[in-house]
Amino acid sequence: MYSDKVMDHFTNPRNMGKMENPHGESQVGNPTCGDIMKIAIKVEDNRIKDIKFQTFGCGAAVATSSMITEMVKGKTLDEAMGISNKAVAEALDGLPPVKMHCSNLAAEALHKAIEDYKQRKKGKEEG
Amino acid sequence: MKRIYLDNGATTPTHPEALKAMEPLFTQKYGNPSSIHSFGQEAKVAVDSAREDVQKLINARSPEEIIFTSGGTEANNLAVIGAAMAGKKRGKHIITSKIEHHAVLHPCEYLEKELDFQVTYLPVDEKGRVHIDDFKGAIKEDTILASIMMANNEIGTLQPVKEFTVAARESDVVFHTDAVQVAGTMPLDVQELGVDMLSMSAHKFNGPNGVGALYLRKGVKVHPHMHGGGQENKLRGSTHNTPGIVGLGWVCRYARETMDEKVKHLEELRDMLIEGIEERIPETILNGPRRERLPGNVHFCFPYIEGEAILLNLDLKGIAASSGSACTSGSLAPSHVLLGIGRSHELAHGSLRLTLGIDNTQEDVEYVLQVLPEIVQKLRDMSPLYNK
Repeated sequence: MYSDKVMDHFTNPRNMGKMENPHGESQVGNPTCGDIMKIAIKVEDNRIKDIKFQTFGCGAAVATSSMITEMVKGKTLDEAMGISNKAVAEALDGLPPVKMHCSNLAAEALHKAIEDYKQRKKGKEEG
Repeated sequence: MKRIYLDNGATTPTHPEALKAMEPLFTQKYGNPSSIHSFGQEAKVAVDSAREDVQKLINARSPEEIIFTSGGTEANNLAVIGAAMAGKKRGKHIITSKIEHHAVLHPCEYLEKELDFQVTYLPVDEKGRVHIDDFKGAIKEDTILASIMMANNEIGTLQPVKEFTVAARESDVVFHTDAVQVAGTMPLDVQELGVDMLSMSAHKFNGPNGVGALYLRKGVKVHPHMHGGGQENKLRGSTHNTPGIVGLGWVCRYARETMDEKVKHLEELRDMLIEGIEERIPETILNGPRRERLPGNVHFCFPYIEGEAILLNLDLKGIAASSGSACTSGSLAPSHVLLGIGRSHELAHGSLRLTLGIDNTQEDVEYVLQVLPEIVQKLRDMSPLYNK
């Protein structure tokens, strides 16, 4: 059902856990559909210096969360904003069709965390 | 790696002796039982003998009351749609429950949408039981049929079917029960229960896939839904699946001979699993009643985590189980049964069903109890909903 890469990220999730004092964070999904993803980032020199995720969800939800953290660590914010849900699925050698819409939320979670960082930064500069 | 099968509620291994009994029907007694020559007649003898075995397992009055089908789903369709079509001049109201198998719910929805029937879906309590007062209250002047399952396939709840049949009989309502999870696993007596129709399936109790039966009490009218030859009293056209039918007959005989020890064996392992899980894993919710449940059924919700992730981890450890999460149902909604007993979406997604069979051992249970707590904790540590 799942590719080897999905199973690898599912069994050995990268960058999983909570983050102390994140610079930006987000939560997407809801319990009704069965997937919730939380992403927290630290930013330095406009680059993602550290990233952590927590996920409530199926194998695809865990694997996409883990994969995106690996894909964007060290990348600039603009590069990270350019990553799509589809690109995450491709990096995992694909997902079963039924999972494409429900469990493929990692890019959305990442983008929201970056937006949150930008909001906070803006708030600081203005404040 | 050691593999442990704990999904016997989905299907069971075919007993090797059943397979042996089936083999001659493929290679030697391959005649069509409807043919008059000797090849056909020896196949007919085998089918008739299997019919008697099914009759004896459920204590039907005569073998003619047994209609062979392709399985539980077809038996349910024949019962629900067949009795609705045969009774539609008397009325168009049907009673069922919210937690029936889809093989009953979807035929009911079909009758509602396409043929203007009216269906009442009775609620269940927190343990999954339909209450007799609700049942009686739902019976109307034009009620012709009621279908309430004997035991729920997901959470294992046993229904007080006898109470319903008494009420149904008083109001001249035909009563069907889906006994797919019960037949061959628990003692069954259709006369004592007072049901008019009862569905069963061979592969749920160590028979082959693709064969089942509908008990149809003499005098109860149903319309056929498979039109063709005159097989099965003109109720189910189609050349008999002779090997399957013989396999079903064999497991019915076997089930009757081994029933007491099977129930005892399953209940022992079930209670060991339930108690062990509650002891070793914090914050668990047992679904269904503790005792009045299927002897081999264990069903839990584990808050903060999702069912498919549990199944994948168990599978990596060689354990086969199932879940009511949306991810394992092929739709976006979690199990209608868990929602029916009042579980939230979030809890319903985090469910695990372990169903025991005759081949499971105490060591299997011990292995699950060793592996499962670590899996649950690992997933909880990953979950944004878990804050401990």
